Amino acid sequence: MNKCISLQEVKGLFKDGMTIMCGGFLGVGSPEGLVRELINNGAKNLTVISNDSAFPEMGVGQLIVNKRVVKLIASHIGTNPETGRQMIANELEVILVPQGTLAERIRCGGAGLGGVLTETGIGTLVEEGKIKLVSNSVKYLVELPLRADIAIIKAKKADRAGNLVYEKSARNFNPLMALAADRVIVEVDELVDTGEIDPETVVTPGVVIDNIVVAERY
Amino acid sequence: MTPKEIIARRVARELKNGDVVNLGIGLPTLIPNYLEPGVDIVLQSENGFLGLGPLFGEADPCLVNAGGQPCGILPGGAFFDSAMSFALIRGGHVDVSVLGALQVDSQGNLANWMVPGKKVPGMGGAMDLVTGARHVIIAMEHCTKDGAAKILTQCTLPLTCVGKVHTIVTEMAVFRINNGLVLEELSPGVSIADVRSCTEAAFTVGPDCIDHVDSITEHTGSFSATPGGKR
Repeated sequence: MNKCISLQEVKGLFKDGMTIMCGGFLGVGSPEGLVRELINNGAKNLTVISNDSAFPEMGVGQLIVNKRVVKLIASHIGTNPETGRQMIANELEVILVPQGTLAERIRCGGAGLGGVLTETGIGTLVEEGKIKLVSNSVKYLVELPLRADIAIIKAKKADRAGNLVYEKSARNFNPLMALAADRVIVEVDELVDTGEIDPETVVTPGVVIDNIVVAERY
Repeated sequence: MTPKEIIARRVARELKNGDVVNLGIGLPTLIPNYLEPGVDIVLQSENGFLGLGPLFGEADPCLVNAGGQPCGILPGGAFFDSAMSFALIRGGHVDVSVLGALQVDSQGNLANWMVPGKKVPGMGGAMDLVTGARHVIIAMEHCTKDGAAKILTQCTLPLTCVGKVHTIVTEMAVFRINNGLVLEELSPGVSIADVRSCTEAAFTVGPDCIDHVDSITEHTGSFSATPGGKR
């Protein structure tokens, strides 16, 4: 099965109203080429799940600036003033989730788990509307899984089977999102033949990757 | 020394050799500059690695700290994903978390992630850090830029956590939270009366707290400052 597609082919996959997960932490480890195709595609009314809204000219921040997002689920929006502006103007719904809880909800979504219990957020605005449980005298919030229609992620290197290796702190949410969407598209700097990555060093197994695009060099 | 340097220097003395430490952005990042010789700590960066170090050589776009700034990784460091990063944080594998605050109160409650209607940057990893780290230190200037108290009887801003703060270090004093607020140490040249005048919360004075400035002041007992008192 050939998973390798061109950025042109990617463009047709995005539809209005989709939920999109996007890897990256303040834009580091974001699939910039895929974000650009998503903008070129014109899909709108998107729900975006991402750690943060990066910067106006970087990562998912560009989707916010281009007004493609109606709902953002993230842990931090402070580096992109446009996110705050749209939120206050009621143009964008923002659901803020503690970063560790966000990671674990995405992991649950990809791991077939119905949710996770965490103490994080107890006694804060985060607990509003959530089920609480007491176990061993500790109060926990029940945090539910997150999934997406499409996850767009970034890795350093893939083989043609989709096995992935990441680079330094650009790993972040990418390996979690790789399991949590109906279609997972990875953008890589380097594509090698199947078998060229030592199975011992693979971080994300290729079976969860649907499509691979090679990043354009600038 | 600036207030920030005084605070960073004092927080550095709270850290023990071998501690795994997460430093919030801003003031806490100054702390490693003041570690005593023989105190080696391991810095955790919540975007996904242990062994955070200063930038040496050219910046690598794939290696940044949790504030997005280029940084280095020391020998013995390790990269991992965000789930592992927060498993380390929530699982009690991080010994100390040092963060700034908008407000902190005498029950150990912290507010540092939003000002309703004004600024809503989001909590990032702060809620997980204060919930999971073994020891939570608030490192902040004693009052706001306008001179209003930040150490309160009860936080008025939306909370980051309930009852998780152990220690508060400001340029004026060190407090522990142990069944209420306890003044443990004064900075040189600062009196208990000075601290009282810009701390809204009532506090007791710990047995080891020595007031060099005002020898008349009692060394035990409870003080209540004027709410919103100015320096």
